[in-house]
Amino acid sequence: MGGMRLQSMVCRLAGALVKIKVDTSGLKNSKWYEFVVRFAFGGAVTAFAGLVAHRFGPAIGGLFLAFPAIVPATATLISKREKEKKERAGLEGAERGREAAAIDIAGAAMGGFGLAAFSVICWLGLPKKATALALVGATVTWLIVAVSVWALRERLCRRLRARKPNARFQSETLTSIADRSSR
Amino acid sequence: MHVKDIVVRVIIGGSVVSVFALLGELLKPKSFAGLFGAAPSVSLATLALTAAKEGKVYASLEARSMLLGSVAFIIYAAIVSRGMMHRRIQVLAATTLGLALWAACAFSLWYVVLRVRW
Repeated sequence: MGGMRLQSMVCRLAGALVKIKVDTSGLKNSKWYEFVVRFAFGGAVTAFAGLVAHRFGPAIGGLFLAFPAIVPATATLISKREKEKKERAGLEGAERGREAAAIDIAGAAMGGFGLAAFSVICWLGLPKKATALALVGATVTWLIVAVSVWALRERLCRRLRARKPNARFQSETLTSIADRSSR
Repeated sequence: MHVKDIVVRVIIGGSVVSVFALLGELLKPKSFAGLFGAAPSVSLATLALTAAKEGKVYASLEARSMLLGSVAFIIYAAIVSRGMMHRRIQVLAATTLGLALWAACAFSLWYVVLRVRW
């Protein structure tokens, strides 16, 4: 009975995952300086986290391993790109830019659950296992937890939308908002 | 910490962040690609370097605090995203001012969970 329920849950999650696609057009629209900005922010935060841990100890330094330093840079780049895309088509793009950035950050919030799972695996696994094994295991756990939270949310919103079609924002999935506004 | 250590951290941290950013660019829908905004890029680079230099127990203590930082990250991302979507707050203002919210949550959690001796 429990096995069947688990199988059904896995099938539903897989249904939500079918929508995930690899699309290289996003890469073509990216500009080289966008990656330089991310490299610079990522490098700066890694160095900063090391310096904080060196000065104040691992308990404080560890907090900065989940510092959302890349989020403002990524969100600003996404917003700018979407705004320019709409304006090239002769449309007002500011709102679309903000919406696209908001969707990206909502995804990051769901990824945050994976980040928490990653830290638990590292916390408990690092003293007992080889460093590489603990870090690989934690990264795989991050991916599984983040994708599962995303798929569950999509599923839940779809179900709520089917029940209350008029409750627009509360029950709309992030994917459907993105699809609607990219048209 | 020597300058060489800082340079190594900048190069490795920047490279790992760039790889996850590239993955995020390749995947659709956008909300799914957003998951990579919370990829453990900085933490992977830092924990690997820290474990090699300071030992695995030290790295494990960093990971324990990272759990609190992750909770603050979820709160930050959820509030900033909602603020931008429903309150129409500008992207740069919301994401940058939100960092203060992250800091407040992270340090409050650290104080309550790790600092106070119950």
